[in-house]
Amino acid sequence: MTDIAIIGGGPAGLSAAIYAASLGAKVTLVDDGLELGGQLIKQTHKFFGSEKQFAGIRGIEIAKKMIQDIKEYDNLEVIANATVTGYYEDEVITIVQGVNGDILKKLKAKRIIVATGASENILPFVNNDLPGVYAAGAVQTLMNLYGVVPGNNILMVGAGNIGLIVSYQLLQAGIKVEAIVEALPRIGGYLVHASKIRRLGVPIYTSHTLKEAYGTDCVEKAVISEINQNFEFIPGTEKELEVDTICLAVGLSPLSDLLWQAGCQMKYVPELCGHVALRDDNMKTTKDKIYIAGDVAGIEEASSAMLEGQIAGLNAAISLGYKCDNYQEQDRKLKEELKELRDNPLSEEIRRGVEKALIKEGWD
Amino acid sequence: MRIKKHPILEFNQKEKIKFTLDGKELEGYKGEPIASALIAAGIKVLSRSIKYKRPRGFFCAIGKCSACLMKVNGVPNIRTCVTKLEEGMKVEIQKGKGDFN
Repeated sequence: MTDIAIIGGGPAGLSAAIYAASLGAKVTLVDDGLELGGQLIKQTHKFFGSEKQFAGIRGIEIAKKMIQDIKEYDNLEVIANATVTGYYEDEVITIVQGVNGDILKKLKAKRIIVATGASENILPFVNNDLPGVYAAGAVQTLMNLYGVVPGNNILMVGAGNIGLIVSYQLLQAGIKVEAIVEALPRIGGYLVHASKIRRLGVPIYTSHTLKEAYGTDCVEKAVISEINQNFEFIPGTEKELEVDTICLAVGLSPLSDLLWQAGCQMKYVPELCGHVALRDDNMKTTKDKIYIAGDVAGIEEASSAMLEGQIAGLNAAISLGYKCDNYQEQDRKLKEELKELRDNPLSEEIRRGVEKALIKEGWD
Repeated sequence: MRIKKHPILEFNQKEKIKFTLDGKELEGYKGEPIASALIAAGIKVLSRSIKYKRPRGFFCAIGKCSACLMKVNGVPNIRTCVTKLEEGMKVEIQKGKGDFN
């Protein structure tokens, strides 16, 4: 039995765990990665956003600090390298652990915070199952965490922030990036990232997408093509690229399986990149004892995930009767900070999405 | 291949250890994922699709996509992207859905 079970040890889950534990709640954090920290542990770039949420600091450093912080609490237990496989009535979760997945545990909690993050999207193209086609996060894991060269010559698909940042990280690791293709007529990510990459001689083809990959047992060639406004291939515009690796940075989807299973009310919100649980401003879902935080609540970034984690951690602990000096003030501060973080033209879609997923007071 | 020089990161690799892939001896670092050691050794095909035997390689790195399921120390369907490499591990490309023989 634990007070608060937190599922996922990325930026949202770690923040929630630290906050709730600091108020005295008994917290159990379950994470399925080889190491704690989620995507943070491979982010070598410095963060934008609010100073309180570590702007100017590299993701890897933020992760180190939070992983250090959780060690300070005796009331915070971590179950690492373990997958939560199911939710049962009365806040019971099942956990599969062990190298062979042969340890099955049950855990009962008074509150659950789901901070499971997201999984990367795949793109339909001919031979998209060939070895050498990697998701962008997987490429980051290989090179930034384990120092392994994912390939010698890369085609990046997607010029959003992830596509741009991972391209830059590939170049930093001394790996050749042949080109970046982006289906939209414009670059989706921050232009500062795009210019850095262009200066290093990597072309970014907008209104282009990947059509086919070729190779016997792994990628040996890729064919890209220009597309029109309706995203249809324009015949005769194909280009062949000699690449051995295709890196897909074509978006993420919330990993919301547990929330579906728990019976939380879900809604498809395109601005948040998929189905998300409806939530109030405390990050509580339509199930009274289940909270959400981070990418599972809508694809955004680590800074907002950390704030959502803190809001969920604080409010879950308060709902169990734990005391916080000037709770109202703390709660208001966190929510205001989150609002400020989203208060820029680039977050317009996020703001619209959050509005659609929000349960207002008096709602039923 | 391993990254040798990096402007931000240092890879203080721990202990070098030996393991085998289908009987062939390979080297990797203790504690890294099995799949990462295989890719560093130049192995790209980690499994075959069940029906058409199409090659499958590393894809998601978070234990979700099932493209890296392999037989490890006789146990099939091990997610090699989230399983740590240990000295003397016997890694095999499994046949079909895998078995314990």
